[in-house]
Amino acid sequence: MEKIFQKFAFSSATLVFIILLGIFITLFNAARPAINEFGLNFIVDPAWNKEVPITTPQAKTDKSVTQSAVSNTDDETVDVNDFGDDSDDMMMQDEDDTPTKTIYGGLVPLVGTIFSTLIALAFAMPIAMGIAIFLAEIAPKKIATFVGGAIELLAAIPSIIFGMWGLYYFAPIVAALFGGFQVSLLTAGLVLGVMILPFMAAITRDSMNTTPDILKESAYALGATKFEVIKDVIFPYSKVGIIGSIILSLGRALGETMAVAFLIGSIFELPHKITDPTISIPVALANNFGEASGLGMSSLFYLALILFVMSFAVISFAKFYFLRKAN
Amino acid sequence: MRRLLINKIILTLSTISALIGLAFLAWILVTLFVKGLSSFHFSLFVNDLIDNGLRNLIIGQFILAGMASVIGIPLGMVAGIYIREYGQGRYANLIRNLSDIMMSAPSIVIGAFVYAIIVVPTGHTSGFAGSIALAIMMIPIVISTTDSMLSLVPKELREAGIALGASKYKVIFDIVIKSAKVGIMTGILLAFARIVGETAPLLFTSQTSNYFTLDLTHAFPSLSVSIYDLASDVQTSSRDLAWAASFILTVMVLVINLTGKFITRNKK
Repeated sequence: MEKIFQKFAFSSATLVFIILLGIFITLFNAARPAINEFGLNFIVDPAWNKEVPITTPQAKTDKSVTQSAVSNTDDETVDVNDFGDDSDDMMMQDEDDTPTKTIYGGLVPLVGTIFSTLIALAFAMPIAMGIAIFLAEIAPKKIATFVGGAIELLAAIPSIIFGMWGLYYFAPIVAALFGGFQVSLLTAGLVLGVMILPFMAAITRDSMNTTPDILKESAYALGATKFEVIKDVIFPYSKVGIIGSIILSLGRALGETMAVAFLIGSIFELPHKITDPTISIPVALANNFGEASGLGMSSLFYLALILFVMSFAVISFAKFYFLRKAN
Repeated sequence: MRRLLINKIILTLSTISALIGLAFLAWILVTLFVKGLSSFHFSLFVNDLIDNGLRNLIIGQFILAGMASVIGIPLGMVAGIYIREYGQGRYANLIRNLSDIMMSAPSIVIGAFVYAIIVVPTGHTSGFAGSIALAIMMIPIVISTTDSMLSLVPKELREAGIALGASKYKVIFDIVIKSAKVGIMTGILLAFARIVGETAPLLFTSQTSNYFTLDLTHAFPSLSVSIYDLASDVQTSSRDLAWAASFILTVMVLVINLTGKFITRNKK
């Protein structure tokens, strides 16, 4: 019995390793057609699901000819335009005959993911630091327990709720303040920020609480104000832990799906302003997985692989470099 | 004087930050209560989605999370026991770290993984696939709770057991687990609260269904996935139903979560 249980326990623990490896291998295998087709160019190509002819047609030169012809009297211009349209249609038909292929590029969702995460961090960081300082240093114990519990409750709310609330109540306000679209990189990033806020605040508070009381008391005894103690004693002492918590939150934000799905707009277009709609990797997966097939499916798996590797790298970096030092 | 002023400003800003955090929580909860209760009706618990009710979805969500627990809790607990009680140094540490990484892995990626290994070979979505996806999310959470709760059990207890001549297996089950029971149960409750509200891993594994079913081999009703469908619907009646569903889902999650926290607090 002893031996059997030990073997079983060992296999269960190894299962973690197998699942992680399995995720990587499975995603890689499923993404392989896309990897072979597009290679690393995938991450810099902004086109998604775009038909391109394999042989470059003469269309461009034809068009310039018709356009240069448009420089006579008005009546003629109309005629020429009509003619131009017709020829365009014909060219389209020609293109249907020539072999085309569909290309997929991951730049747009990649940019959307990174920028929405950065906006979330920029928004959440100062507030989370403030909350952590409030909980660790300012509030009396009873209030700190209550506020801390409430903030943790915010973390327990399912992400889809953040999405609905964000879309119907938060986005209109953001759009009214900053202009632009209601669904945009900005609103998605801000709601993402609200979501990672409790997580970031909790770990930051925990790191700040590791500062030995004797250090703080010595500083107070020297006449330092509370802010000076926080700035010169607590922050330097818990710096690595705080940075680790920020990176860990970043890893969380990268993979968040449902809240962002409601708010980012879900279109494969590069945003020119932060108030433009775009798409992120998790949202691209969530919205297109059902209908995709063939190379499109494989490209989605490629995106999933990129996301997995990104979050793996970010989290292990935070874990091994910062949080281990903090412990 | 200037130092005191700066001090005051920073402390005020910190307090304001805490208020901002509370304000967001209150805003979301109030919205949910107002919108949810206005479209809430007890017939929602009697009818299925096809008749504008939520009965099948609520039951389905619990079955999915329950099945995930049946798979995930034993595996996670045993793995946690391994890394705390049996594991030798490096390997146990590696698994501990990997498990932490797995806990933060994007849930949608886990959905894609399960889609590739279960939905593609079987040819269709199933409640079973959804449960597996949730179980994969649950395992690392259970591992880390078990691990940290076992670490709180004093070494002397184990030594006493071994001195009495009990086998290691007996010591773990009759002494160590027993004294860490409440903590582990609480952790499991919190892990359940965490996965019961998940949407992303279910989107293309279990999907959702308008009808009541207990058949785990086909598309399975899920409250959270249906909220996503309903909320993006153009019809206002669908959106009202989505608000009611969100309200129920949030209350479910928060009640389980608070129960877990309450148990821990009482124990302390």
